[in-house]
Amino acid sequence: MRGSFSTITKMFSASVVTAGLLTSVPAKAADDTIKVGILHSLSGTMAISETTLKDAMLMLIEEQNAKGGLLGKKLEAVVVDPASNWPLFAEKARELISKDKVAAVFGCWTSVSRKSVLPVFSELDNILFYPVQYEGEESERNVFYTGAAPNQQAIPAVDYLMSEDGGSVKRWVLEGTDYVYPRTTNKILEAYLKAKGVAAEDIMVNYTPFGFSDWQTEVSTIKKFGSAGKKTAVVSTVNGDANVPFYKELGNQGIKAEDIPVMAFSVGEEELAGLDTAPLVGHLAAWNYFQSIDTPENAKFIADWHKFIKNDKRTTNDPMEAHYVGFNMWVKAVEKAGTTDPDKVIDAVVGVSVPNLTGGYSTMMPNHHITKPVLIGEIQADGQFETVSQTPGLVMGDEWSDYLADSKDLISDWRAPLSCGNFNVATGKCGGKGTN
Amino acid sequence: MILIRVIGLTLLLLLGMLSPSNAAEADLRAIVTKFATASNFSAIEAVVHELAATGDTAVERPLGALAEGDLYVRKTDSQVFIGKEGGGSVELLDPLSGEKSGDAAKGEITKIKVNNTLRRAVRDALGTLTLGAKDPAARIAAADTMFKTPDATNIEPLDAAIASETVASVKALLEQARAASVLASDRPEADKLAAIALIGARGDRNALSLLTSVEANSEGAVKDAATAAIANINSTLALWDAGQNIWYGISLGSVLLLAAIGLAITFGVMGVINMAHGEMVMLGAYTTFVVQEVIRNSFPGLFDWSLVIALPLAFLVAALVGLVIERGVIRFLYGRPLETLLATWGVSLILQQAVRTIFGPTNQEVGNPSWMSGSFDIGQLAVTWNRLWILVFALGVFAVLLYVMKRTPWGLQMRAVTANRRMAASMGIRTPWVDALTFALGSGIAGIAGVALSQIDNVSPNLGRGYIIDSFMVVVFGGVGNLWGTLVGAFSLGIVNKFLEPYAGAVLGKIVVLVLIILFIQKRPRGLFALKGRSVEA
Repeated sequence: MRGSFSTITKMFSASVVTAGLLTSVPAKAADDTIKVGILHSLSGTMAISETTLKDAMLMLIEEQNAKGGLLGKKLEAVVVDPASNWPLFAEKARELISKDKVAAVFGCWTSVSRKSVLPVFSELDNILFYPVQYEGEESERNVFYTGAAPNQQAIPAVDYLMSEDGGSVKRWVLEGTDYVYPRTTNKILEAYLKAKGVAAEDIMVNYTPFGFSDWQTEVSTIKKFGSAGKKTAVVSTVNGDANVPFYKELGNQGIKAEDIPVMAFSVGEEELAGLDTAPLVGHLAAWNYFQSIDTPENAKFIADWHKFIKNDKRTTNDPMEAHYVGFNMWVKAVEKAGTTDPDKVIDAVVGVSVPNLTGGYSTMMPNHHITKPVLIGEIQADGQFETVSQTPGLVMGDEWSDYLADSKDLISDWRAPLSCGNFNVATGKCGGKGTN
Repeated sequence: MILIRVIGLTLLLLLGMLSPSNAAEADLRAIVTKFATASNFSAIEAVVHELAATGDTAVERPLGALAEGDLYVRKTDSQVFIGKEGGGSVELLDPLSGEKSGDAAKGEITKIKVNNTLRRAVRDALGTLTLGAKDPAARIAAADTMFKTPDATNIEPLDAAIASETVASVKALLEQARAASVLASDRPEADKLAAIALIGARGDRNALSLLTSVEANSEGAVKDAATAAIANINSTLALWDAGQNIWYGISLGSVLLLAAIGLAITFGVMGVINMAHGEMVMLGAYTTFVVQEVIRNSFPGLFDWSLVIALPLAFLVAALVGLVIERGVIRFLYGRPLETLLATWGVSLILQQAVRTIFGPTNQEVGNPSWMSGSFDIGQLAVTWNRLWILVFALGVFAVLLYVMKRTPWGLQMRAVTANRRMAASMGIRTPWVDALTFALGSGIAGIAGVALSQIDNVSPNLGRGYIIDSFMVVVFGGVGNLWGTLVGAFSLGIVNKFLEPYAGAVLGKIVVLVLIILFIQKRPRGLFALKGRSVEA
């Protein structure tokens, strides 16, 4: 039964995709354009998050064209729909690179979709810009990670909660959706908390399935765990759709942010747009960008976005900023290299600095991760975040966590002569975890 | 009544006499203005403490506004105001008197930022100040705050408040707050033991939390008493936990019932494997969203009625779509279950993508009417209003449906067609119309389920996906073709799930339930209540 279901899913999504392709991609292959692939799900479960990124990319490309294009050529977006289907991501990536001959691809959201396209990108030697915060423990030559690594989001968030401003939290609930990102992040956090002297009985880890909607038991367990006489906080890696019922239940059961704050890593302006945020005021999120950031760059970005999408109510969010940064880095690297040839661009991107939307510059590091400020925001009644804490400087993405035993000796440096994504400093050899 | 008014008036007069003179107000104003120069959270917190230390009830207004994030500083002259946002500009109110004192554009003022620590500080400060408030709810809140933040200095004001308190329930809370403060003081051991007894009798999680920290920070008889009280509370709480699991199970069961009951008609009675059932639920939820949007924009006063208005509309929308699906697709496929499955799956994808195109892929906000927000306590059991209403609603829908099926001519025709189509046709029943209307009824019921589910789940094109598997599980487990089976199936699955969840976790719990159902179906292939009769063999 299950087998036939998934075949049906594939069949239908494939037909939907072909229909979409026929309309969105112009048939002519012109030599005077540079093609840019956009690999985001426009149907299926992940469409809720990824469609926005597709639109953001189209806007960035349109703006670049208005500025005169790149290397004297116009940019042309090639949009495909992998339909939230992980194997289809690999197929679509192959199609973009082999058939459409794109110069670079911007795309993916979930870690499993990224893992699914990795072999395609290294085999066909092309470039992927990945804009979402993720669990780390990876560094590929063909991938540039413009979202946050755990040390650019999770660790500073926990540090904030432990500080006096954050409420000197002593007891921790690590609540997550059951898949690779929450599990790896929670493993890192657990090791980090224990290193900071938190006892094992003061940490509770719990997982729920994707799209979970009945949070009564979980929320009352959190309430129970929080009544042990120590300041308690929830660190939430709950993903996507499950967040809305989670926050509704928190509000209904009267868990206030002053008593048990919830720090979320996957809740942004977009998720809050589907929610009455009045009962949630004071709950927290850690990101590298908030729509409420008051800089001229951000004001322009938001105005452009509203104009492009023709809707003043649409929010901007962190992965959009990551695409903004990533796209500008790619443009700059292509200009520096004078060609769109992926090999040359991969070498040229490292070291490129572009303005981000929070009033500073982000730089691509040799490990293919970027430098970012880390912001902690509190949810406001209008669905926006108010920044309550910001790291003093930029934080460099650390792909191999220092808190996990099997990755603490690994470093990544894609510059010659090392050119290695998992160099083991203890053994002095390239190749450790992650080599297959 | 008159007596109360007289007392109220006297109190007001007394308050008037006690209230500060103009000189004191100038002092307060000077302190409030310090918010303008406080550069970080700890500086703002210091100002909060300074305001609270005046003991003047007039500070309630600026402090409350601060906690709400409504306190602003005017950039030109560093004056502090309470701001009410409206349209493009902000209306400025005096922080102490609350009188209107002009408008400002958003760029001319800066908001004083608050974080959780500050909100807590304000709450604690207000706790002591509102102890003498006229409104019993404010006094209860004050007692609650002081219970959670015990401090030796609280004992005296609490003693005074207890002496003048007239409402018995508030008095009990004040005494518990006093006991908590006694435990935080250096009073003699006998006082502390009495306090522990009092708090132990309160018996809720806050008491447990307090006693746990007392146990950790004391020794001798006090520690022993605390340990005993904790053990006592824990054993009562364990009983409440079991009750809570049952309630959560019933609540989950009611959601499952709502989601499955429409399917019990289309799949159970008609035998159509309807994969688009979840999308009917989604259409109902989107109807609620549209109704709420219209109400928000045109008739804001009707918001609390939005769900009542949405119910018939959701039924009609979903029933109409159901009718179109039946007439357009399914009627050509009767007797070919696999093709029906494929076709309805296709229809479900079309509906999803259509909604995605029209409304966008993101979640839509559906608000809870005031009567569905919040919770109330029965003993140590927190019952949320929305869950309770959904339970009532699910049972109501079930009862109506049962009535329609068993007591109306239409229901009779439906059952007749199910039992023996040819016989029914030869009795003059227009079977194709009965089929169409039955399918529309099942779809319509799914639509009104969507109205209820919009209150607890998020309204997105994927809404239906999450319920389709569960719905089939309930119908198959309960027994195909039997409404009572669906009821019993939904509630037993809900309760089993919720009893497993605390021990096995949500993921494993769900797997265990699935395995149990598979084993059960092996033993009883036709579910809990198997339908006997010709239709089963046919």
